[in-house]
Amino acid sequence: MVENNRIGDLLAHLVLILGVAVVVFPVYVAIIASTHPPGTFVRGVMPLLPGPNALENYTTVIVEGRSRAGTPPIGGMLWNSFVMAMAITIGKLSISLLSAFAIVYFRFPLRIFFFWVIFLTLMLPVEVRIVPTFQVVADLKMLNSFAGLSIPLIASATATFLFRQFFMTVPEELMEAARVDGAGPMKFFRDILVPLSITNIAALFVIMFIYGWNQYLWPLLITTDPEYYTIVMGIQRMVTGGDSEPLWHLVMATVVLAALPPILVILFMQRLFVKGLTETEK
Amino acid sequence: MQTKRMTFPGSWLPYALLAPQVAVTLVFFIWPASQALRQSFLRQDIFGLRTDFVWFDNFERLLADPLYLNALKVTVIFSLGTTLLSMSLALLFAVMVNRMIRSRDAYTTLLVWPYAVAPAIAGVLWWFIFNPAIGIAPYVLAGLGHDWNHRSSGTDAMVLVIIAAAWKQISYNFLFFLAGLQSIPQSLIEAAAIDGASRTKRFWTIVFPLLSPVTFFLMVVNVVYAMFDTFGVIHATTEGGPAQATNILVYKVYRDGFVNLDLGSSAAQSVILMAIVVVLTVVQFRYIERRVNY
Repeated sequence: MVENNRIGDLLAHLVLILGVAVVVFPVYVAIIASTHPPGTFVRGVMPLLPGPNALENYTTVIVEGRSRAGTPPIGGMLWNSFVMAMAITIGKLSISLLSAFAIVYFRFPLRIFFFWVIFLTLMLPVEVRIVPTFQVVADLKMLNSFAGLSIPLIASATATFLFRQFFMTVPEELMEAARVDGAGPMKFFRDILVPLSITNIAALFVIMFIYGWNQYLWPLLITTDPEYYTIVMGIQRMVTGGDSEPLWHLVMATVVLAALPPILVILFMQRLFVKGLTETEK
Repeated sequence: MQTKRMTFPGSWLPYALLAPQVAVTLVFFIWPASQALRQSFLRQDIFGLRTDFVWFDNFERLLADPLYLNALKVTVIFSLGTTLLSMSLALLFAVMVNRMIRSRDAYTTLLVWPYAVAPAIAGVLWWFIFNPAIGIAPYVLAGLGHDWNHRSSGTDAMVLVIIAAAWKQISYNFLFFLAGLQSIPQSLIEAAAIDGASRTKRFWTIVFPLLSPVTFFLMVVNVVYAMFDTFGVIHATTEGGPAQATNILVYKVYRDGFVNLDLGSSAAQSVILMAIVVVLTVVQFRYIERRVNY
């Protein structure tokens, strides 16, 4: 920096430490709450120090669930979330790679038209057309299935744009060389283009996994069978299911387990995450 | 729109490559959207026996409906509140982190992870903290003389959902502000320092104006986020209440369509929301174009 300013630096650290504290606080409270016995939440203020029941609470939510309130053991819900997130991520990546390849490396009638059809999806978030989309999925008999959970969400204009952008920067010579050597389009795609895009693919993978894992409204609507509940929507069932005050120690144990996988993904792949976020710009 | 100088020959292959994406888009995006458009001109009687074509009647009713106008007002307050709160905190953190040399990465790591938390979970977390019976925040607020209850006070409920929605968005804004700050040439700031401008003056006359493209971009993104991605925050906590105080547009579409089963009205609301998204997307793209060319 331009000048040294000890007091200013100290102040900056203070602001940041306070900021981090505010940002971390809700999750800290959740972790603390998940270690207490049920009695703690009947009276007084919530505790700020850990209690003795951590093991018991986590075993309860993972193995038993709360059958009375209609939520299955969350082991199954975690698995459903994982399958849905992976299906959405892999689906989005594959169809976007293929369509970006077609748009950049081929010249064919209606190319611009298809580009705009894909572009339109950017303007139609699932929340704003929720009723008719639900009807389509119901007509296709895809309620309560992994296909219904994932396929309607795999069209992605952003991923297609990003790959198109990237393919435009790939040197022309690579393709010319491949053609001289007699490689067909699919061989070029598989052996040259995809390996070159691997960093972009990984960055998008992180973003889309988080997107898929955190889906809420969609699974809420199309799953009525507890066998297909995902963890993020399951929490809502736990909070509002039943007339009594929620069993906070179990709810918070579930919250911690539901938030953990995507947080770990970000922490361990921070560089890819930042790249993915700033390049997709959405 | 350009392609490569040299392209592959092929008559059916490009269509086959596009087929999966176009199929999903047609079946799950374009078709439902056109259905929403169609239904917004229709009205069913309460038994579902007759469907009449009513032209713009659904829209007229909607715009005359005090509940809808209320939802519109609530959405504006909610989006502005969320955008302002999360962007100002994120800018403050980004400016502070940008001063640091050794601890920059550590602070960044500690600030980015809430991006991974689902909106619904963010809602539940803050709902717990503000729980009137056992929450820590009402306890502290009671000491300050405020009787917090988001189950009866509309203002309290609004503050709660704004905090929850803004909390989750801080990391996103922080990363973009930090990237923006790091792209400002150091020489400009040094020149101003030599001319005797104080740190505060340098920030407001040089850094902040140079950040304005990022700020504008983030404003659009945050408004889109607050309007469309915060369904989970509302649904998992206040459910639009108390007395419609947090009933944002996206939540109302869902309520009217799935709970009240008023398909015509819900479809008309969808169409209005789509129009808003189209406008915001166009604004966002104009900005991106301008930034590429400046």
